[in-house]
Amino acid sequence: MKTPIYFDNHATTPLDPRVLQAMLPYFTEKFGNAASRNHAFGWESEKAVDNARKQIADLIGATSKEIIFTSGATESNNLAIKGVAEMYAEKGNHIIAPATEHKAVLDTCKKLEKHGCRVTYLPLKSDGLVDLDMLRDAITDKTILVSIMYANNEIGVIQPVAEIGKICKEKGVLFHTDGVQAVGKVPVNVVKDNIDMMSMTGHKIYGPKGVGALYVRRKSPRVQITAQMDGGGHERGMRSGTLNTPGIVGFGEAAAICYREMPEESRRLAHLRDKLRNKLESELDEVFINGTMVRRLPNNLNMSFAYVEGESLLMGINDIAVSSGSACTSATLEPSYVLKALGVGDDLAHTSIRFGLGRFNTEEEVDYVAGRVIEVVRKLRDLSPLYEMAKEGVDLSKVSWVAEPVH
Amino acid sequence: MAYSDKVLDHYNNPRNVGSLDKNDPNVGTGMVGAPECGDVMKLQVQVDERGVIADAKFKTFGCGSAIASSSLATEWLKGKTVDEALQIKNTQIVNELSLPPVKIHCSVLAEDAIKAAISDYKKKKESSKPVAQTVA
Repeated sequence: MKTPIYFDNHATTPLDPRVLQAMLPYFTEKFGNAASRNHAFGWESEKAVDNARKQIADLIGATSKEIIFTSGATESNNLAIKGVAEMYAEKGNHIIAPATEHKAVLDTCKKLEKHGCRVTYLPLKSDGLVDLDMLRDAITDKTILVSIMYANNEIGVIQPVAEIGKICKEKGVLFHTDGVQAVGKVPVNVVKDNIDMMSMTGHKIYGPKGVGALYVRRKSPRVQITAQMDGGGHERGMRSGTLNTPGIVGFGEAAAICYREMPEESRRLAHLRDKLRNKLESELDEVFINGTMVRRLPNNLNMSFAYVEGESLLMGINDIAVSSGSACTSATLEPSYVLKALGVGDDLAHTSIRFGLGRFNTEEEVDYVAGRVIEVVRKLRDLSPLYEMAKEGVDLSKVSWVAEPVH
Repeated sequence: MAYSDKVLDHYNNPRNVGSLDKNDPNVGTGMVGAPECGDVMKLQVQVDERGVIADAKFKTFGCGSAIASSSLATEWLKGKTVDEALQIKNTQIVNELSLPPVKIHCSVLAEDAIKAAISDYKKKKESSKPVAQTVA
């Protein structure tokens, strides 16, 4: 076993060596521009892109023509939301998105608010799931788009996407989902899930960075979006720019591998994740899982270790790559907005750690990580005045804290 | 984020971790910060009859820089008189630990903890009855 150990697979995943092999020829000898219609170099590239399009479409139950390649999910989210807002401006100007969306969705919505759109930031239930009645009530005759992520990047909670899509269909509103964390990890089917648009990216499914896609439904309804990048009219006019053939080939191959291996891989990851959870819960008191375990990605565990600040925990397990919902890891000084939206108190949000398991993690690594986390949490609790007070029976919520300077 | 060697050293080998008897009339306790802010420091000093800090202990909930700041503070406090202790400035902690700008609040908290502990000690000395701690 080698260290450091990578347990941050929601941030990005390593490239599968099989994906790299598929990509390599497209950097050198098969370098043609997929838009070159009049020679063999172009045809060769176009064929590779079409093959990748099919591989990605198959993974999500779509047709090839519904896949629009982009530079990644941030661009896909921007294109979907801004593209719909612009195209359907005459129909309405209201957008609904939960407060726990990725910044690529939230900041896009904020930008649109400056240009006359109205956005409802939907609160979620404490288990991280959308309240369907609340969603239904939020839709007005001005609503043009609902954007709700398939699975959350911090807590791995999977939304009732099919039901959300059904409500949107009934109300005649378009439904976009950020599928970045779910696609390739759990079965996603744009038909059964009533999805009109879905953002995806290569690097979360063991493919390359810098390539993503937007699924855009072509039938019932035929979704139209205004291009946000002008140029040669590539990708059915929705996204101009020379296609990144090696990246797209890699993305396609990564999707094909996920399609074949998902049943076995998700079982294996769920087993490893549950083992990690059980070890931590049996050895440590006062640990709390954030978000429901009932509908969750098989590779995600998000836990709060009460009385231990997240960044100090990361520092102690510096041979393990995980991420923390604590403010101190960033310059913002605000703890995770996702956990806050779930009603997790700031005190517990500061103690949260996200474990993201992946294809290349082993059982041995899980045992090692569990052991290290237990060791460091115990050490830091010995150092924690809060743990000491809690053990003395002090109710920490009733203490009047001196957070302001005393001098 | 990269930590300085001194922060890492204090984090890995924190000095003077523990608690003194907060009801002892010669012990001053300072507790600053709040769990919601991600930082709580408890710093205690035991003062001898000459007004010199004979012992100092801390416990900290917070990031590595907060732990290091309070650990360093206890090191510096020992052997100082109460008045000398009040001269310790957060900037000295920043310099000693090479704290980056986003971690300066950790040093401020340590200075606050020192002042709170000494103020608690002085209050005890002034009044005969034990003064309530920050802990309700």
